[in-house]
Amino acid sequence: MKAMNKFFFGLGMLVVVAAFLALWISLPWQGVVIIAVGLALWMVFTRRGRQTWSVTRVGLSTLRQRIGSSSVVVIGIAGVVGVLVAMLAMSDGFSATLQSAGNDRTAIVLRGGSQAELNSVMDRDSANVVMQAPGVRKDAQGRPTASGEIVVVANLPMKGDPNSDANVPIRGVSDAVWGLRDQVRITQGRKFKPGLRELIVGEGARKQFEGLDVGKELRLAGQTWTVVGVFASGDVLESELWGDTQSVASAYRRGSSVQSITVLLDSPQAFDTFKAALVSDPRIKVDVTTTKEYFGKQSEGLTKVLRIVGIVVGAIMAVGAVFGALNTMFAAIAARSREIATLRAIGFRGIPVVVSVMLETMLLALIGGAIGAGIVWAIFNGYTASTLGANFSQVVFQFKVSPALLWTGLKWALAIGFIGGLFPAVRAARVPVTTALREL
Amino acid sequence: MKYLHLIWAALFRRKSRTFLTLVSILAAFLLFGMLDAVRIAFTSGGNSVVGVDRLIVTSRYSIIQSLPASLATRVAAIPGVATVGHANWFGGIFQDPKNFVLSFAVSDNYLDMYKEIELPADQRKAYEQTRTGAIVGASLAKRYGWKVGDKIPLQSTIFPRKNGDKTWPFDIVGIYTPAKGAANGTDQQFLFHWTYFDEANAYTKGTVGWYIVKLTNAKEADRVAKAIDALSANSDHETKSQSEQAFNASFAKQLGNIGLIVGSIMGAVFFTLILLTANTMAQAVRERTNELAVLKTIGFSSRSVLAMVLSEGVLLLLIGGILGLALAAVLVPIISAGSGGMLQLPPIGTGTWVLGIVLMIVIGAAVGALPAMRAMRLNIVDALAGR
Repeated sequence: MKAMNKFFFGLGMLVVVAAFLALWISLPWQGVVIIAVGLALWMVFTRRGRQTWSVTRVGLSTLRQRIGSSSVVVIGIAGVVGVLVAMLAMSDGFSATLQSAGNDRTAIVLRGGSQAELNSVMDRDSANVVMQAPGVRKDAQGRPTASGEIVVVANLPMKGDPNSDANVPIRGVSDAVWGLRDQVRITQGRKFKPGLRELIVGEGARKQFEGLDVGKELRLAGQTWTVVGVFASGDVLESELWGDTQSVASAYRRGSSVQSITVLLDSPQAFDTFKAALVSDPRIKVDVTTTKEYFGKQSEGLTKVLRIVGIVVGAIMAVGAVFGALNTMFAAIAARSREIATLRAIGFRGIPVVVSVMLETMLLALIGGAIGAGIVWAIFNGYTASTLGANFSQVVFQFKVSPALLWTGLKWALAIGFIGGLFPAVRAARVPVTTALREL
Repeated sequence: MKYLHLIWAALFRRKSRTFLTLVSILAAFLLFGMLDAVRIAFTSGGNSVVGVDRLIVTSRYSIIQSLPASLATRVAAIPGVATVGHANWFGGIFQDPKNFVLSFAVSDNYLDMYKEIELPADQRKAYEQTRTGAIVGASLAKRYGWKVGDKIPLQSTIFPRKNGDKTWPFDIVGIYTPAKGAANGTDQQFLFHWTYFDEANAYTKGTVGWYIVKLTNAKEADRVAKAIDALSANSDHETKSQSEQAFNASFAKQLGNIGLIVGSIMGAVFFTLILLTANTMAQAVRERTNELAVLKTIGFSSRSVLAMVLSEGVLLLLIGGILGLALAAVLVPIISAGSGGMLQLPPIGTGTWVLGIVLMIVIGAAVGALPAMRAMRLNIVDALAGR
């Protein structure tokens, strides 16, 4: 019978924990504020609440004597939150870099089934068909706002490690690109001149690769090119080097073909007309997507992998941290068992004891979470990294430690604190007073 | 060894505490096992031993530029070169764009150069006789349920055939298994005849993606690499020759600094772990002050008390750690299988086990050190008097 009771009690606790976690995950920050305010009011205005407050104060005042074991909780949780937030920041940063490059107003056309610009190729005639299609915005002279582009990949040495080459994308763009991609600004030097072997480099590429400053020369496809400017766009385009389509095509012997065509649409609604016209045209076989969808799809895979890795690693570490917290808090209530039993003997009820132990644990957890998230924010916010992207070349991106991520980290910390505190708290309140008083 | 039961009894003196600590240790080493597998998956190409006598020759300026097929005979004439093979990137996908297939059009002598690709003799013969024949790695075949004799269409993201169609028909004539020591991912490849590729594709003619050069002596790699690059210096197809290991390593590097990421996570994990177990050990020894004093009273030397506490720490780490690594060994293949080929993790190897056990012993000794010193220096009279 006793064993049965124990079993059902354990089961009940598990249900409480599971219910709490489910609720906690779905809770927005407003909900947490309401809970915190409610708790504070309870502690000020009710008898039980005031009892809780005094028990908590006693617990906190002895914290200094248990600094070693308490720091286990703090640092353990700081580690979990740090790793989690860092991985999610990487994932968010990568996804933001790619997604901000796309929008609804522009569409990109590739040869059918190519998936990435690097694989695609379209001859001059097909390119003209695309540019003349309905839905493309015309400028004052009646020319379509469209950029036929070429993407090639070059080997350049990385910064800090001149012996290791990495792939950098070089994009040949036509004149219309400045109206088409209006997020691009020249930050140093000037634009390249059509027909010359001149390049402008993205801020990201300049940070990641050696020798891409204004005025420097580099060898591409056996020819010498000059860097004449630096541009910023705040997205994936910053990882690239840009030159004139014709110059790049002749250097890489591409003739008059292009690889992709990006067009400015009359309006986001015009996309359907544009797409329908191209898909039904028997002369060409192309894939038409808005740039928003195109870049969104490119970020999907890696973003998902990073998120999953971050959450799996975080979860395993969290299990370790929960057990660490349990250990510490069991030890803490064991050390205070006589004191707690005395309180209960003079009339304090179970609830204040439970709540005070949990508050103490969650406070430690909160400190740990804040430390972990804070360290990651200080080190990694804006940290620049790069990886291989869809065009088989480096995509430079920045870690993005957003307030939402910091909040996620704190939520994890509090959840760990909750579980780590619950079991010791319940034990403290359930040990028969007589047993506890006799202990030690 | 004869004190094992004493150490064991001390370890499980407080069952719940030991259990909680063990789970933390288990979690840490589970992570260690999995992350080490990830690290190996991304770096194994860089230090696999089977390819030490091979050079990879690519275009100097860009991985996407191809080289003329005519270079082969000139490279073969360089002293120190045993054979020259070549391959082209095909960029194949099977049915759906999500199903990427690592596919190469390879020269006829490719299989002789990559001895780690073990193909049964009859299948090898069938491959040589079938123009559209292809051989696939065992795990790739398993992924899509391909069998010998199947006719499958593979779509190239890059190369259309002469009729403009990008779907290429292939006959699966062989399924190979990679030999021990082959680079991770070798059994994910799809290989077919370069001649078929060259004849049937609409664009390129007589060009190859990269050359593979087998050396007569691996020690001459640098000299031969320089000689090959000199052949095409100042032409429109300058080359870059490097060892296969360096080539693979530079690829892994471009994906990102996996080693650094894994290293930092492990650093955070182990730092926390040391703190946590050190705290447990300190508690455990503090509680047992009396018992340790009794042990010393009945004649245990200070040194054996020290050894006992130290081995308690090591034992704690070993139990938790080995369980954790064993769990990782079970989980890693499940994750590999579950990811549908996206993530190819090698099984937990001897290297990981050795590194893990060394870590367990070192951490165990580290966390046991302070309490053990305390136990050794214990003054019997003071301890028994509770001072």
